[in-house]
Amino acid sequence: MKNHGGHPGLIASLFREQGSLIAGLSLLIALLGFPLAGLAQDAASASAAVAYRDIPQVGGSRNIIWVVAQQHLLLAGFVLGVPIFAWVCEIVGWKSGEKRYDKLAKEFTKLLTSAYATTALFGGILLFLLIGFYPKLMTYLTDIFFPSFVVYCALFLLETVTLYLYWYGWEAMQGGGMKVLHLFLGFLLNVFAFFIMIVPNSWATFQASPVVIAEGSALARAWAATWNPTWWPVNIHRLIANVVLGGFICGAYAGIRYLSATTAEERDHYDWMGYVGNFIGVFGMLPLPFAGYWLMREIYQYNQQMGITLMGGFLSWLFILQAVLIGALFLGANYYFWLGITHRIEGAEAKYRKPIMAMLVILLLCLGVWMTPHSLVASLEEARKMGGTHHPLLGVFGVMSAKMTVVNLMILVTFMSFVIYWRAGKEETATWAKVAKAVMGGVLGLAAIVVIILGVWGYFVPAIVRINYFSVAQVLIVLFVMLTITPLTALLLRSAKTTTEMVWGRMPPRAGYALVMNAVMVILLMTLMGYARSSSRVHWHVYGVMRDSSQYAYSPALGYAAVFMSLNTFVFCLLVSFIFWVATMGDKGKSAEVSGKGKMPAGAVPAMAGGSQKLDGK
Amino acid sequence: MKGGVLLKGAILTVGIYLFLKLALPLFTAPLPASLIFIYLALTVTGIVIFATLSGQSTEAFFGPISRFLSGEGQTGAMKTARLLVLVLFPLLVGWQTYSSTAPSDQPPAENRTIHPAPPGEFVGLSNPIPNTPENVMAGKGLFAAFCSPCHGNFDGKGPAARGFSPPPANFVDPGTIAQLQESYVFWRIKNGGVGLPIEGMPWKSAMPRWEVELKDEQIWKIIMGEYDGAHQKPRTWE
Repeated sequence: MKNHGGHPGLIASLFREQGSLIAGLSLLIALLGFPLAGLAQDAASASAAVAYRDIPQVGGSRNIIWVVAQQHLLLAGFVLGVPIFAWVCEIVGWKSGEKRYDKLAKEFTKLLTSAYATTALFGGILLFLLIGFYPKLMTYLTDIFFPSFVVYCALFLLETVTLYLYWYGWEAMQGGGMKVLHLFLGFLLNVFAFFIMIVPNSWATFQASPVVIAEGSALARAWAATWNPTWWPVNIHRLIANVVLGGFICGAYAGIRYLSATTAEERDHYDWMGYVGNFIGVFGMLPLPFAGYWLMREIYQYNQQMGITLMGGFLSWLFILQAVLIGALFLGANYYFWLGITHRIEGAEAKYRKPIMAMLVILLLCLGVWMTPHSLVASLEEARKMGGTHHPLLGVFGVMSAKMTVVNLMILVTFMSFVIYWRAGKEETATWAKVAKAVMGGVLGLAAIVVIILGVWGYFVPAIVRINYFSVAQVLIVLFVMLTITPLTALLLRSAKTTTEMVWGRMPPRAGYALVMNAVMVILLMTLMGYARSSSRVHWHVYGVMRDSSQYAYSPALGYAAVFMSLNTFVFCLLVSFIFWVATMGDKGKSAEVSGKGKMPAGAVPAMAGGSQKLDGK
Repeated sequence: MKGGVLLKGAILTVGIYLFLKLALPLFTAPLPASLIFIYLALTVTGIVIFATLSGQSTEAFFGPISRFLSGEGQTGAMKTARLLVLVLFPLLVGWQTYSSTAPSDQPPAENRTIHPAPPGEFVGLSNPIPNTPENVMAGKGLFAAFCSPCHGNFDGKGPAARGFSPPPANFVDPGTIAQLQESYVFWRIKNGGVGLPIEGMPWKSAMPRWEVELKDEQIWKIIMGEYDGAHQKPRTWE
């Protein structure tokens, strides 16, 4: 009896002392138990042909796939984008003999190696979840794409081996012919990376624009399904977008390192790295709208229904959000260029303040048009006064003719920001400098006028003339400007005299924050467009071929989707921060040893705590 | 002048607001609050960007604000003004939050999808009627009989138009039928407002379901006459 009486007392005292711990453990077991119970239930009721499995206790299969797939895609975008410019930087360093480019390329690759494993990990998780949640769909896709699955595995092996050799062989392959071999490895890395991107693209684009042939060998069927109408538009769009994502994320990394830098060397290096990251991001961003336009054109041409769902139907509001995000990106990228002019080049502010103001005003006017929706969000009273949700005057800004015009002008402004930055602090000495500058000014002015004329004219011609000729002409004009002004400026600056040296490490903290904002905007953009691309299939797993008959065969509301986009952006930022933190642990250890066992140098305060001005002596 | 940049920025913002809110409606329809908000947000962003380009201009812009809020060396009226701002600003934010979340008898702002995707059977159809002057004239005649009471002379200003909200479409506007393929227009005429899919909700369209009264051939002719009368061309891919 004693014993019997003792147990309740013991349990009671345990609960009193460790109540919160036991409650926590119980909660944990319950949380883990729910999905297991769900799976067990599914297993018990499994029939021969299970079409779907679900874990509703942890958000449901669709939401889980949404998060995991988006994380995988974002990580993959980074991992496939970074080798492109890491390799280009290495070539620049090799040709110019400037060691800092080689160091930068190595730093980019360091970020790449640490992100690579996480990307593969998420890819594996995604695959297991897809097989588990959507067995019928995966069986169907496997049946069509099995040959390309094999190719993909082989590519992955080759990519991994090449990356290991490229990264671990960096120092060992520095001299003479070995450097050429290292550069060749970098080239191979990019070739494999490109194919690693386009093979899964074929699976995803097949779901949106399937080409199914009933006859022929497995290889013939796989090839027909691969070469579907949206495959190449998506390939090109993603390739460019990956460079943009990679550039801006490296820029954000540099921005954060700059903000936390405590030595002048670190600040110089990360200021420069931030500049390169922003430049790469902008470089990719300039042709990206053209690639997006081509993709949308192909979607429309493939299926009018899908095109309208995206651009005119319920998903069209996403493009207003996209306009806002792209607008923020254009402003952020230009702001960073302008800060570079006013802070890195002594005395440049007075000279360039007015041109910067002019560019800012043009940019804002263009953004005003860019962000004006075709159908406005209006209250009943406002709609009555306007005579509908279409404003009689400003409604004309809502159609593609206006959008294409302003995006081309914004690209021109951004390009000119870069050119001004490039020319700042230098004085041209060539005898033909005046003529060259007049030609450049003339080309730019004329191009802007023609772009505007074509934009206005676009309202008065059939849609097909605008799409096939006017829009293409606008793009070609802008490319012509870039291809004319870039070599001319390079030639001019070859013989130019430097009047004011560019000083690195003088940017204010807000420049670092601008870099971080740009990266967040790009990530948000990718999550937004990921939702748009996936939702455009509406209730189809494979558009028009295999219907989604699960309980999730409906398009989530825009507000709900926006929560997931934000969640995905937040989770990705956390993941990247963690990866970069791990990757740079060794550096911090080394710099701590150099500066005295973890102590900061005397008087050194990180820029984000106001150290920028202190170190500058301002 | 101390506070000059800030003052100029404030004057510019107020000036643009007054232009959008009061001056522009003198020439055209008033702008909805959502659009004014976008334009003002862009203006303020531009002002902040320009003001923070250099250390000096940043100080000139934010200096007066931070000095005013910190209350350094303030006496008399300035001190009172600071206290008033510190008290009134949170109240203003609170009031704004309350009024935007409190239940109201006003309907919510609309974000109606004007051009939802058509059903599959209407995708890719082409006009089977030959585009001859006779057929175009016949189409215009049918348009005059069945469509013009609302759509007027293709400009959406028919005698019955004022009775509808939203008003009938203006086909002369390049943002309407010029953006659409003939098959889409065929679907909208044939199935009317009641044929709009779920994504077109709220179903605010008084467009009749003309398949009840008109044959397909007549609808195709109307489309032909409509494009010709509005001086527009349908969207095509070739």
